[in-house]
This record gives sequence, C-alpha cells and structure tokens, in this order.
Amino acid sequence: MADKKIRILIAKPGLDGHDRGAKVIARTLRDAGYEVIYTGLRQSPEQIVAAAISEDVNAIGISVLSGAHGYLFPRIIELLKEQNASDILLFGGGIIPDDDIPGLKEAGVAEIFTPGAPLADITNFLRSRYAS
Amino acid sequence: MSDKQKWAETTLAKALERGKERKEFKSTSGFPLERLATPEDLRSDYDTALGYPGQYPFTRGVQPTMYRGRLWTMRQYAGFATAEESNQRYKYLLSQGQTGLSIAFDLPTQIGYDSDDPLATGEIGRVGVAIDSMKDMEILFDGIPMDKVSTSMTINAPAVVLLAFYIAAAEKQGVTADKLNGTTQNDILKEYAARGTYIFPPAPSMRLVTNLFAYCSANTPKWNTISISGYHMREAGCTAAQEIAFTLADGIAYVEAALNAGMDVDDFAGRLAFFFASHNNLLEEVAKFRAARRLWAKIMKERFHAKKERSMMLRFHTQTAGCTLTAQQPDNNIVRVAIQSLAAVMGGTQSLHTNSKDEALALPTEESVRIALRTQQIIGYESGVADTIDPLAGSYFVESLTDMLQEKAEEYIARIDDLGGATKAVEQGFIQREITESAYEYQKAVEVKDQIVVGQNEFMVEKVPVGQLHKIDPATAEHQIRKVTEVRRNRNQEQVREKLDALRAAAETDANLMPYILDCARLYCTEGEICNELRAVFGEYRATEVL
Repeated sequence: MADKKIRILIAKPGLDGHDRGAKVIARTLRDAGYEVIYTGLRQSPEQIVAAAISEDVNAIGISVLSGAHGYLFPRIIELLKEQNASDILLFGGGIIPDDDIPGLKEAGVAEIFTPGAPLADITNFLRSRYAS
Repeated sequence: MSDKQKWAETTLAKALERGKERKEFKSTSGFPLERLATPEDLRSDYDTALGYPGQYPFTRGVQPTMYRGRLWTMRQYAGFATAEESNQRYKYLLSQGQTGLSIAFDLPTQIGYDSDDPLATGEIGRVGVAIDSMKDMEILFDGIPMDKVSTSMTINAPAVVLLAFYIAAAEKQGVTADKLNGTTQNDILKEYAARGTYIFPPAPSMRLVTNLFAYCSANTPKWNTISISGYHMREAGCTAAQEIAFTLADGIAYVEAALNAGMDVDDFAGRLAFFFASHNNLLEEVAKFRAARRLWAKIMKERFHAKKERSMMLRFHTQTAGCTLTAQQPDNNIVRVAIQSLAAVMGGTQSLHTNSKDEALALPTEESVRIALRTQQIIGYESGVADTIDPLAGSYFVESLTDMLQEKAEEYIARIDDLGGATKAVEQGFIQREITESAYEYQKAVEVKDQIVVGQNEFMVEKVPVGQLHKIDPATAEHQIRKVTEVRRNRNQEQVREKLDALRAAAETDANLMPYILDCARLYCTEGEICNELRAVFGEYRATEVL
C-alpha cells in the first residue's frame, strides 16, 4: 500500500476536454491509497503549478490529448523551477507520439504513459518513487 | 414446458456437465446475454415493434428504400492547421469519392478564442482547423461550391457564430442561405456531460441552441440544426444502453426548450439529427441503432404529439469508436473499424465516418484516411449488406437485444425525468457520474483481462516503431496569428464596433441573436470578439468536477 501522505494532483491542462483518462487515473490512484486532487478541465500551466504548491502535492499528473504536449509539459516544468518547486514530480499521458517522449523527458518530465498503458504501470511507477 | 426448456434440460444440460462455458456472457451494457435466442424471446408482434422502413416506428429504417436508393453519406471528419491546408485535404477527400464534408475545428475555435488569445497557445490547428473569422471560412471553401456540398460542422458552444461565418462565406460565393445543406452539431448538453467545449452556462446556451433552430427553420430549410450526440458520452466511457438513454434524454430537453421558446414541434423536429458511436460488439451495436430509432419515434409521437412522420424519424450519423483503437499494432485497428462500420450500416446509419488506424497516435495521415474511406466503400459496394433493408431484422437474438436495450434506456430516461430532465441531470452531475463509473469499471476489466483488448493486454508483441505520423507544422500558429491580425486591421472599424454593440444589446433582451451575429460576421468581426460580447452578458460556465 502506498504511503497515505503522498498527495497527487491530476490536472487537465489546456483546452482539451477529453477527461476519461484523467478521471480513470485519479480513481485508480485514490483506490491505491494516494490522496488525489483533480483540477477539472482547462487549467493553465500557471493554475496547475499554483494548485500544486498550495495543495502541497508530491507529484502532478497531467493528461493531454490535443497535441499541445510540446508546449504544456515544458511550461509546467519551467514554472515549477521559477517557484522553487522542482521537487514536485511531473508525469503524464495522452496521445503523445513516441518521437516526442525523449524531448519531454529531457525537459524534466519524469514519465510519460501512452494509450494502452496498464494502470499497474502507473501505480508501480509512483510506488517506486515513493517507496521509502 | 417449452421446446427451449426441454432442450436446456436435456441436450444442453449434458453438454454443460461435460464442460463449462468459457465465461459468464454479458452485454457491454451489463445485462446477461441469451445463450440461444428463439422465437420465445420475441416479446412484441411484428407490426407494432418493427413495421416497415419509412414508417412508424422506423425500427427498420427511416427511408423506404434505404441503401438501395443511395448509399449512406461517406463523411470523413477532417481538419487541421490552417484553412489553406484543410481546404487541400477536403479537395483530396472529395476527389477520392467522399460525398460530404465534416469540419474538425481546433480547440480555440471550439471554445470561442481567437488564435492570438493567450489561452490558445499551443493549441492552434492541433485537433482541427483554426477559424478566426469569415475570412478563414472563405479560404476553407475556396474552389468548393457551397451549394453542391453538404457540410457537417462539429461546433457546439459557438455554433451560431460558425454557422454565421458559413452563411456569410456562401453569400460571397453567390450562394444564398436556402441552398445550404449540412449540419451544425450545436449540442451543448453533451459538452457539459462529456466533451468539455462549453463556454456559457446552460440557460443562455440553450437559448443559443434554439435561436439557431428558429433562424434555420425560416432561412435554411435544408440545414440540420443540431446533431444530438451520444458519441462523446460513449467515448467518455458510457455503455450502449446509456448512450441511447443520455442522447435521447438530451433530445427531449432540446425539444422542450424549443417548445418553450414558442416553436411548433413539427416546424423544427424534422431538422433534428443524431450522432452515435459504433463499437466492436457488432450485434449489440446493430440492436442499439434500431432501439434508438424506435424509442425516439415513440417519444416524439406519445410525449410531444408530433404529427409529421419526419418529426418522428431518428436520422443519424455514426463514427466508429475512437476509444477502441489501440496504439499497439495499429494495423489491427483496420479490422476493428471494419466491424464497427458494418454495425453502423446494418443499423441503418445515414452517414458514416470511419476512423483511421493511426488515431491512437496522432491525427491520421492521408494514406490511413484513404484506407478508412476504402473500408466504407468495400462494405457499400462489395459486402452485399447494403443490398437489402435492415438485414438482421428477425434474428431472434438481435430482436431480443433490441427490446432489451430499449427497455434499459427507458429506465434511465425515467430516472432522468425524475431529476427534472437532462439539463438538471447534468447540473447535478448525474450523467457525468454514470459515465465515469462505467469508464472505471471497463478499465478495471481490461486491467485484470476480463476484457481482452487484442494486442494491448493479450497477444502482444515487442514494440515496433510505427510508420510516418501526421505532424502539424510549427509555423501554423504564427501564420494564423498574422492572418487574424490582418483581418482586424483591414475592416471598417466603426461599423464593427456598432454591430458588436448591437449584438451585446440584443443579448440583454430575448431577441434571436442569429441576425445580429450574421451582421458581425459579414464585417469580419472575429469569433473571439463575438463570443466576448456574449461572455460579457451571459458569463462563463464553471464545471463542478465529478470523480
């Protein structure tokens, strides 16, 4: 079981309204014992980072299906740095071509989960990060 | 004892003693499936339950000849980057035998922001084409005669604005509004429930919906004013039975809104269209389309006392289910799409979009769109299923499944009625909760392999690199921003201000806003400018999140 104190912000950045994935992940993580905060739709990177800091979360998970990932992920990383909050982990998923993943990881994204990823991959990933 | 019971207690019982069945068989809507349907499972008599195509209750189809007269409209949803590039794709699709256009707009356009709005950053031309003003609409239809082509527009919250751009651009081609043929999706309720591109709160949004109905009823007699959509709720995770129920409950809400606005049911009901998803479960999907058709006819006749037959017809567009596509072994998706298309055609769809194999990865390439279109053509011209009307009618199983789905849908509609109708049910989060719950249940089933997804959780291979994917040119945004800036510079600013003020003043009254928006459109007011006037009066919707 995950440490009860681990808090995760699940967010939908940008204008994309496809929230099936975000909601399923939020439910999954909650059932796995994490404290989950879901932001809802249309959050700007600024709003997401502000929410992450005020909610004192350990990690942010974002879901992007609109193709805007090349802008949204790096922007959130940049804002976290500006706010001295780089200890907050950023992971995410969505319709993200394989070719784009190395660039996102280089920018500081911890992990990207693409369509069809088992839920267990995501919970295992978080468990490995917060095992101790 | 019936013959079926006898069979079950003798021949079947012996077989089950020797070996159990593979699993417990359930429909995707959750109810147990008949092992073997027989005449005993037919609950209603032929004439009242089925009837004849083109006649009430339209179970067998809305046209008397169905595909023997004309095949369904093969309509591929497309649009990306700029109007210039999308115009090229449309011309290509038309040259390949596609028979109608379907415009995908980018998210800023769908939510009423111009391309130079800070909120549009990163989204311009991504999931569809960016349209900022009538100028872009003129470019989009350059060389495409707007009186000859039928155009479906996936636009909801700002549907009145994009229709105004369309009408105004047609005028410039010398085509009058009465010649225009097509559909505006204009279905705001499912945006709150599932798709998320809302702008205004429900009450003013419903006003815009009915403004469009009233304007079109007087000016564009061939225009389908709304496409009441189950597709997105199904994509968000609901079941087939819920898809029928939530869609028709939304339909009921729109009819009531139009009646409350003083319209006569037979003046607008014939222009209502529907939009469903088609999934892998072939027989359940065929049954779904038939049940939806029969139930809508009943609702229009019994609840709303429609007199015209056309008012009772559920005419629908179908899209194959995007959520069934896998990123793994994407070629397998061609097979899924073929099965789903077959269901749509055997279910009597009026038009069809087939998804492309690579859409779990990116927007489709031209090559994969061609395969998707060819899938429809093979079904239409080679499979033979289009040669006779409603070919699965009379199948004991399909008929019993049709009855069962209708029954489940009616139960849901009764619950929604109890909540005060679809608008209230959405405001209270009921529909969102039902969808989220079904989505989570499905995902858990996939996780433990109760639900096999070939190539994804079973029959997997080592990851192989996929071929070429469609890429959006990074210069798109810059180009689009330059264009909208130029449009704003080169117009009559005084008239623009005057018409925008007139629109805002009209929004404060009960007037139909469509003529005011058309005035703005003709002067090259941008979508963002028009929507901002409405935002100032109507406010913006803030969702309450349901997990």
